[in-house]
Amino acid sequence: MPTRPLSPHASIYRKFPIMALSIMHRVTGVAQTAGLALLVYWLMALGSGPAAYDNARSLLGQVWVKLLLAGWLFAFLYHLCYGIRHLVWDTGRGFEKVDSRRSGWITLFSALTLFAFFVWRAFFAGAAP
Amino acid sequence: MSLRSPMGVALGKGAAGGAAQHGWLQLVTAVALVPLMLWFLVSLLGLESFEFAAVRSWLGGGWTPVWMILLVICAAWHSMLGVQVIIEDYVPRKSTKTVALVLLKFLHAIAAVAAVFAVLKIAMQST
Repeated sequence: MPTRPLSPHASIYRKFPIMALSIMHRVTGVAQTAGLALLVYWLMALGSGPAAYDNARSLLGQVWVKLLLAGWLFAFLYHLCYGIRHLVWDTGRGFEKVDSRRSGWITLFSALTLFAFFVWRAFFAGAAP
Repeated sequence: MSLRSPMGVALGKGAAGGAAQHGWLQLVTAVALVPLMLWFLVSLLGLESFEFAAVRSWLGGGWTPVWMILLVICAAWHSMLGVQVIIEDYVPRKSTKTVALVLLKFLHAIAAVAAVFAVLKIAMQST
């Protein structure tokens, strides 16, 4: 940090928990860049033939990779819900403190609900990869 | 479509640089990704099995390749724009920043082209 006086920016916001939601949007976005690499790998394996695909499948079938996939699923759903919040903001609505606080909580609970649904369907109610 | 007025483009290179175009593309790809990603996840849930033949016949069948190609292009584009902002925010040195941004673009271009090629290959072999 420079020693000269700075105009206040990040330091004037009350820190948590609404701020954490915004940080999470960025973090889950980066997580999905890694998820994209995984998707590309999976498509390339599928395009290369049965041997390559079975390799990929046995890698993806390991428990720690399944945990990563679940984490990636949450990251996507959170990023989706928060992204929709951003799209609403883009229409010029929802900037009042009360509204933005409420939409923040709605975002988090929608993401958790969707996550519960997809985890249940993917890991407990049907065929797993 | 661009939201920038001809005057804005002509004056160009203000403090914001290409930020208006960047934000607009981030928004358009985001809107496209909502249905595409939900379609992809629901399709995966609907698969009978994850055996090679089953997945190949799903991905190669009908117009599925079209949606899949749109998905990987939009995802790669959206991802590139997103990470670009993070690099611009957190990498202070100009030279490091430039190298990181060029690398970022190369990696995303490779990912997108590789994925599109894989999907096309699957689609061509399935018909």
